[in-house]
Amino acid sequence: MNGFIQWANETMFLWKALIIIVIFAITLGIAAYSTWAERKVAGYIQDRPGPNRAGWGGLLQPLADAGKMFFKEDFIPAQADKWLFILGPCLSMLTALMSSAVVPFGDAFIIGGKAVTVQAIEINIGILYVFGVVSLGVYGVMIGGWASNNKFSLLGAIRAASQNISYELAMGMSIIAILMMTGSLSLRTIVEQQHGFNWNIFYQPLGCLIFIVCAFAECNRTPFDLPECETELVGGYHTEYSSMKLGFYLFAEYINMFASSAVTACLFFGGYNYPGMDWVQAQLVGAFGQTVGQNIATFIGIGSMFTKILFGIFFFMWVRWTVPRFRYDQLMNLGWKGLIPLAVGNMIITAVAMLSGYKLAGIWIGLAVLILIISIFWALRPRKEAAVLGA
Amino acid sequence: MEYLKNILSLPPIYYTFAILSVLTLFGALGTVMSRNPVHSVIYMIVTFFSLSAHYILLNAQFLAAVNIIVYAGAIMVLFLFVIMFLNMKQEAEEMKKEKIIYTAVITAVILGGILIIFLRRAEREPVNPLTYNSQSGMIEVLGRSLYGEYLLPFELISILLLVAMAGAVMLGKREAGERHF
Repeated sequence: MNGFIQWANETMFLWKALIIIVIFAITLGIAAYSTWAERKVAGYIQDRPGPNRAGWGGLLQPLADAGKMFFKEDFIPAQADKWLFILGPCLSMLTALMSSAVVPFGDAFIIGGKAVTVQAIEINIGILYVFGVVSLGVYGVMIGGWASNNKFSLLGAIRAASQNISYELAMGMSIIAILMMTGSLSLRTIVEQQHGFNWNIFYQPLGCLIFIVCAFAECNRTPFDLPECETELVGGYHTEYSSMKLGFYLFAEYINMFASSAVTACLFFGGYNYPGMDWVQAQLVGAFGQTVGQNIATFIGIGSMFTKILFGIFFFMWVRWTVPRFRYDQLMNLGWKGLIPLAVGNMIITAVAMLSGYKLAGIWIGLAVLILIISIFWALRPRKEAAVLGA
Repeated sequence: MEYLKNILSLPPIYYTFAILSVLTLFGALGTVMSRNPVHSVIYMIVTFFSLSAHYILLNAQFLAAVNIIVYAGAIMVLFLFVIMFLNMKQEAEEMKKEKIIYTAVITAVILGGILIIFLRRAEREPVNPLTYNSQSGMIEVLGRSLYGEYLLPFELISILLLVAMAGAVMLGKREAGERHF
């Protein structure tokens, strides 16, 4: 056994493979049960029971759904581009699964005297990797929508593309303020700097808000789910899809929710850090010794990370069943005229606050000034003539 | 036989390079040769991806990520966006004229020849593994050299991009008068 651990430590290959497989399995499990939780949350919000037939409290519902999906007829329209039609859902699923590779889910386990970090791959441009994968996510939708050879699908695909591109800009700009504070692109470094309760949300409330709004748009979730807007586009980009191909599209959305919750937790809510973690670790090390205590503390850290992720997913659902869908011009106005200027303002405020030497106070004062300026302009804005409705 | 032995004794990075190069050329040829413009765009995305992988082999992580974000993630999405709007079922008329095909082939051959001649004559400075900085190509080193050594060109390019952006906004502005859509 010792020889085996030594061999595994030398190569690290086994540990990393294990971590990747476990993260993959957890991602799929959480995504599968998100479909159940979504209907349960919807049921709770709309005062009805939600799924409760398959298993206790409807817990077997995801399995039943998957079984149904697999046995449905897999239909490909006659005029469709066959290979691209198949490629679309595959790409969606692939890009959705790739993004959690750089997320640090926990601190390090100590195995046989060597620290093994709970993260699939650690690269020093982690956040850029996430952005790269996110920006590719739209190809699955676009290719699938175009290949269906259906006007509604194409419109959905085009909406998805323009929406993703527009909101990626604001998303990137809201991150730059974080990068200026941490001075690193590595997600692990960003998380380590939020040790204890020193979370970025206290420094970057506006950045966090912009990021979360953009994450909703990138995941095509309500209120930004115009690519699959039923009332206008039948089913949007997946109108022509059936069977497990449709299942892949729907499933990719839930995996994206998981991944974006994980990234939000890492960037703004401290990742695996929680208040009083040093005290907990000291107690554990005192009680169980260095190695075991550290490992248990890491487990608790992973628990705190997953609590934040699950709350993030719940927040996605909460918003979906509370806020109605945007109109398309409202969506574009919000992205280009609202979020991007706000993100630029946030960047300038952060830069000034950091140069002034009072980071926390400077940022809050700057935000207060920004809000004041915006409200003055809002109050003094030129009113349009009240003839808009008639014209 | 000797040749085969040489190939088999190559370090694994050469195999990676060979596979990536084949993939790159496959994507590039597919871009030019496919009849459907949407397929062309998708082949081109494959090319950008394998080029990014080449950057990673050359120790340029940041460049690879930016290449994917900007080219594969943004520019090609817009390309695809525009091409999907156009109805290009029928083949473009120009492609049927023989004159254009001959011109294109001759130009490509001349350009390729020039490139090959220059690359063969270029002096290649071998990298010394002892003095090579393993961090070169990483974002910290890149940032230092952009904001130190190359500060002026960098700022000039920023101004150029700003002007281009202002121009794009001007072009996209709604003209005065009645709207026709």
